[in-house]
Amino acid sequence: MFNFSKELDLEAQRRRAAFYFLAPMIIALFCVAAWPLLRTIYFSFTDTSLTNLYGGEWIGFDNYLQRRELSSGRVIWRGTLVDPAWWNAVWNTVRFSVISVFFETVFGLGIALVLNAEFRGRGWVRAAILIPWAIPTIVSAKMWAWMLNDQFGIINDILVRIGILERGIAWTASIDTAMTAVLIVDIWKTTPFMALLCLAGLQMIPRDIYEAAKIDGVHPLKVFWKITLPLVRPALMVAVIFRMLDALRIFDLIYVLTPNSKATKTMSVISRENLIDFDKFAYGSAQSTLLFAIIAIFVSLYIWLGKVNLSGEGNQ
Amino acid sequence: MAEIILKNVTKSFGQIEVIKGVDLLIKKGEFMVFVGPSGCGKSTMLRLISGLEGITTGEMTFDGEVVNNVIPSKRGIAMVFQSYALYPHMNVYNNMAFGMKLAKSGTDDIKQRVEAAAKLLQIEHLLDRLPKQLSGGQRQRVAIGRAIVRDPRVFLFDEPLSNLDAALRVATRLEIAKLHHNMGDVTMIYVTHDQVEAMTLADRICVLRDGYVEQVGTPSELYEKPDSIFVAGFIGSPKMNFLEGEFADAFDCTTLGIRSEHIDFCDENPVWEGEVVHTEDVGSDNYIFVEIGSNEPLIVRSPGRKGSEYGRKVGLKPQDQHLHRFNHEGHPIR
Repeated sequence: MFNFSKELDLEAQRRRAAFYFLAPMIIALFCVAAWPLLRTIYFSFTDTSLTNLYGGEWIGFDNYLQRRELSSGRVIWRGTLVDPAWWNAVWNTVRFSVISVFFETVFGLGIALVLNAEFRGRGWVRAAILIPWAIPTIVSAKMWAWMLNDQFGIINDILVRIGILERGIAWTASIDTAMTAVLIVDIWKTTPFMALLCLAGLQMIPRDIYEAAKIDGVHPLKVFWKITLPLVRPALMVAVIFRMLDALRIFDLIYVLTPNSKATKTMSVISRENLIDFDKFAYGSAQSTLLFAIIAIFVSLYIWLGKVNLSGEGNQ
Repeated sequence: MAEIILKNVTKSFGQIEVIKGVDLLIKKGEFMVFVGPSGCGKSTMLRLISGLEGITTGEMTFDGEVVNNVIPSKRGIAMVFQSYALYPHMNVYNNMAFGMKLAKSGTDDIKQRVEAAAKLLQIEHLLDRLPKQLSGGQRQRVAIGRAIVRDPRVFLFDEPLSNLDAALRVATRLEIAKLHHNMGDVTMIYVTHDQVEAMTLADRICVLRDGYVEQVGTPSELYEKPDSIFVAGFIGSPKMNFLEGEFADAFDCTTLGIRSEHIDFCDENPVWEGEVVHTEDVGSDNYIFVEIGSNEPLIVRSPGRKGSEYGRKVGLKPQDQHLHRFNHEGHPIR
């Protein structure tokens, strides 16, 4: 009996120690993540403006959706959920995320496969490939903005010289090409990150499995589809979820490269616009809250799908 | 089914030469074991024969056909890896059938051969399982099964037992020996660092050291007539006793080797005298360690499992016909 109670004491001590270790983290997370998030959600239910941050009054769901009946009997719907600009931003974001993550995954996996092979100077190539990822987004966005410039840009210059274009395209300014420009830059920038994550996954695959396949006489393409891809899939899923989260809240690149272009405005960009530029602070908060909700739903979905897959096959 | 001949084969990785000119004949249907300490090149030899590595210089033939530049899958080999190298995402059946599916064999043919192999190895009830659901011994069987299904002319084993526990190792050793009897015409090449495995399995053993072949012969040849001190010391357990200095001088050699079972206790006119410092009882035998003033205590097998108390003075006499005398180069004087 004595022993039993003593063990409980130990358990309690352990819990207390764990709590002490966790407390700084919990406090920090509360200050930098939970509190701003809760404030934003709160603001989205008020009519707060930038000039009067503490004077907002509770207006319920009006920022999201508001039904107003005019004296003439006409019903008008207002709020973010019926705002075409918002839905345009949602569409832009989703389109951007899906396309960029798709290409980044394909290219990243391709590069990782190359880097996974033994060749002279592999270490250098590995380091070099990370450079686009290491450059701050603002810098690379400015760099690309100049390269894509319709008059002075090197890309237009090359394309004109080799005869593909007759005259330069205003890549970032034109509605038709703005999204393409953003996608090119983002894929250029983030493929190395995907390549690195894929490479980590590839290196988890034991080499002798490939040797067994060699003795079995499996065609290299078959090896890729039947062995490499299934085995690297768990790592690939994690990489894709990471990238997807990043892509869904894309802001800096678009803000610098194609400011104010309707074709590229994403959820983050439009909510900042409302929060700061248009002084519709509460309205912007509502959009931020929706952005958070969309990402949260997406992540839960993905984790849930991932779990199903892991229990189904998983790694070795 | 294949006779394998290596002629002056070398293998270098960059600047480092790992195999330094090997001539070797492996007969049809033979069970050949490559044995040696780690780093001796035995695994590299196996990989050269499998074709997973190309040879740097020299010539290798299978049944007279030069295979220097023939890819692994065209050599008619099957290999069992140390780590089994099963495809983790495929069940046992698919692991065994994967190579055949690609060879475009008929479904019935595949099924028949997989089931026959599974029956031989008693893994029929495991065909639906994934490798991770199997024990080490079962995985090993699947790996062997995958090799059998390929119906190879040469069967290669790369330390297949080293990941198993001691009891399972002995059992699986027996399985492999049985397999060799059942597949009598298939040449088998087996790599191990364990000389007991080599002795128990091999028709002939090839002892490798630092990229050279030290000696090739049947287990008893290696045990009774080692060509070098290295082979003498490597083969046999407990290790052969080596005496140097005045002990060896008395027998006109640089190093005198004598196995523990070839030393008799005698009270009259002993050749060596010493004090018992330790007794090891391994169950079937007792080994007495006698300090006679040489570098290491002399290990003597005690007849009839008799122990001997610590500190007792004993007289010893080697059996003359079992003395191994070596010159200063480590070669036997015969």
